[in-house]
Amino acid sequence: MTNAIDVRGLNKSFGDKHVVRDVSIQVGEGRITGFLGPNGAGKTTTLRLLCGLLTPDSGEGEVLGLDFRTQTAAIKRQTGYMTQSFSLYQDMTIEENLTFIARVYGLENRQQVVNQALDELGLQDRRGQLAGALSGGWKQRLALAAATLHGPRLLLLDEPTAGVDPQARREFWDEIHALADRGLTVLVSTHYMDEAERCHDIGYILNGRLIARGTAEEIIARSGLVTFNGEGPDVGKISHALEAQPGVLGASAFGTAVHVSGTDKSALEQAIAPWRKAPYEWEQVEPSLEDVFIQLMADQVDDRYAS
Amino acid sequence: MSRLSLSRIAAVMVKEFTQLRRDRITYAMILVMPLVQLLLFGYAINTDPRHLPAAVVSYDHSNIANDLVATLQNSSYVDVTHQPNSEAEMDRLMRRGSISLALTIPPDFTHHLLKGERAQILAEVDASDPVAAGGVSAAVAALPAQALKHDLLGPAARQGGKPPFEVVIHRLYNPEGINAYNIVPGLLAIILSMTLVMMTAMAVTREVERGTMESLLATPATPFEVMIGKLLPYIAVGIVQTTVVLTLARLLFAVPMAQTAAGWLALASGIVLFITCNLSLGYLISTLVRSQLQAMQVSVFYIMPSLFLSGFMFPFLGLPGWARAIGEVLPVTHFLRIIRGALLKGQVLADMSPDILALAAFLLVVATVTVARSRTTLD
Repeated sequence: MTNAIDVRGLNKSFGDKHVVRDVSIQVGEGRITGFLGPNGAGKTTTLRLLCGLLTPDSGEGEVLGLDFRTQTAAIKRQTGYMTQSFSLYQDMTIEENLTFIARVYGLENRQQVVNQALDELGLQDRRGQLAGALSGGWKQRLALAAATLHGPRLLLLDEPTAGVDPQARREFWDEIHALADRGLTVLVSTHYMDEAERCHDIGYILNGRLIARGTAEEIIARSGLVTFNGEGPDVGKISHALEAQPGVLGASAFGTAVHVSGTDKSALEQAIAPWRKAPYEWEQVEPSLEDVFIQLMADQVDDRYAS
Repeated sequence: MSRLSLSRIAAVMVKEFTQLRRDRITYAMILVMPLVQLLLFGYAINTDPRHLPAAVVSYDHSNIANDLVATLQNSSYVDVTHQPNSEAEMDRLMRRGSISLALTIPPDFTHHLLKGERAQILAEVDASDPVAAGGVSAAVAALPAQALKHDLLGPAARQGGKPPFEVVIHRLYNPEGINAYNIVPGLLAIILSMTLVMMTAMAVTREVERGTMESLLATPATPFEVMIGKLLPYIAVGIVQTTVVLTLARLLFAVPMAQTAAGWLALASGIVLFITCNLSLGYLISTLVRSQLQAMQVSVFYIMPSLFLSGFMFPFLGLPGWARAIGEVLPVTHFLRIIRGALLKGQVLADMSPDILALAAFLLVVATVTVARSRTTLD
C-alpha cells in the first residue's frame, strides 16, 4: 500500500509556543485516519501544515507523492480542506458557493459538477437558499460537498462534526466512508470516541507530539491497560475515592457503572477490594479507547495545564 | 421590572473599558488621532490664504516698474515666485496651476504713467478656486493706491486724487467665481476616496473575520489573483459613481465639462488611475489591520488629510510648505488638479503629466507593498 501522506520530523512554533513537535505521520491511500487529542494539542496546526496553509519550521516528506514543502500549489489542487468553522460564504446561495469553488479550481463542465453535487446533497430544490440560513448539519454536508467538488485525492477535515446532532453525524460519517471506498484518503480530527472508532486507524496527539498511532485495537492492546467495570449505587463517590488509590490511572462514572483502569492488575484489584461485595458487581472488561486516552494523558504532563 | 442597579451598570462599564484597552489599535486611534489631527490641521489650515505664488512678466525695465513688483511682493497675499521670459511661459505656469496670479507690465507703462496718460497693467487671476482668487484680486486691486507713492512727483502724482494707473483683472477659468465649479469636481475626488478606500479596506478583513479566508487560501487561488479579483468589481463601482456625479454636476450645478476629445481622454485616464490608487490603498490597509472596525478607523484617518491638505477645502497653494509636502503624497491632491484642469482649464494629458505620473508612482509603490504583504499562508 502506498502512502498518501508520509512526512517526518514536522515542527512548528508560534512565538515561543512549540505547537507541533517532531511529528512523523504516514497515512495509507484510501485510509480514514482519526486525529485525536485535547484542544490546543496541535491537531489543527498539523492539518494546516499538511495542506500548505502554514509553513513548517522543519520537516520533510511527501503528500500525494509531492514534496509538501515546495509543491504546495500542486498539493492544494488535489486536496480538499474543511475548516473547523463553517467557511463558505453565508451571504451567497448554496449554488453560488458551489459554483465559486468550481471556478476557483478551474473545473470544466462546471454546471454539471455543481448539479451533480446538488443532487447528491439532496439540495437541488433549495439551491437558491442562502448558505447562512442552513442548519448546522446541512452546513457541514454542504462544506463537505464543497471540499470534495474538485475530486481531491486527499481530504483534510478539522473537527467537521462539532456541534452537529447524532443523526447528522452518522450520515456525515457514512458519506466519509463512501468517499474512502472510492479511494480518497481522509485525515479527520475529532473529539468524539464513537467517531474515532469509525476510523480505520487513529493518531493521538498531545502537547504537539504524536504519542499513539495505529488501529483502535492496536492502541488498546499496546496500552497494557486493565479495566474493571463495577455496577451499583453511588458510583460517583466511588470513582472519586478510587482515583486517589495507588495503581489507579483513571476512574469515571458512567450512569450506574464505574470504569476504573490501571496498568497493574493486582494493584487495581487491591484498590477496588473495599467495594468488591454486594450489592456491587465487578468484572474485568476490555478497555475502551477513552480509557486508553485518559491513561495517555495521565502519563504525560499536559503542557497546557503545567505552570 | 427590576430596580436600576448601579453595580450592574458598573459591571458593564468596567467590561467595556477592559475590552477597549485590549483593542490596541482602537485605543491608539482614540488617543493619537485627535492629537495628530489637531496639530496637523490646526497649523495647516488657513481660511484666508496668503503668500500665493505669482509670476510677473515685465516689458518695462524702469525703476517704477520694479517698485511696482516690490510693492506686490510686500502685500503678503502673493509672493512673486516666477519671473518668466515670455507670456507663453507664464500662461503655461498658470494652466498647470503653479501660480495663482500672472502680472504683465506692458513696455510703455512708465511712459504713459509719467505723461499722466492711462497706464494699465494686466493681472490674470486663477479663479478656478474662488476663495484663493478673492485675496489675490483684492491685493492687485489695491496696488494703484499703494504703489509708487515715493516715485511719483509732478503731473503723474496729481491727477485729482485718482490712482496713477489701473489694473485690468482677468479672472480665468471661472470668471464668475462660481463656487460649485470648484467644489463639485472636488467632491468627486472625496466621494471616490471615501467609498473605495473603505470598501476595499474591509474586503480582506471581512474574509478573515468570517473565517472564509482559511478556505480561500486552501484553494489554488494565489494572493495576486485574489487581489485582482477583489479589486476589479470596485473599478466598475468607481466608474458608475463617477458617471453619476459628473452627470449631476452638469445637470444640477452646470459645471463645465471637458471640451475636446483629448480633454475627455485626459479626464478618463486620470479617473481610472485615481480609482485604482484608492483601491490599492484600501487593499493595503486591509492587509495591515485585524478587523473591519480597524479598517474603518484607518480609512477615516486617511480621509481627513485628503479633505484638508489636498486643496479640496482650502486652496492648496495657501497651505504652509510642510502641509503641501504632505498633500503632494495624497492621491486626492493630484486628482483634484487633474479634474479641475480637465473641466475648468481645458487641460489635456500633456498639461497634467506631473500629476498623472505622481498617481502612477503612488499606485506602483502601494501595489508593490500590497502584493508583498499578501499572504499565501496563515502564518
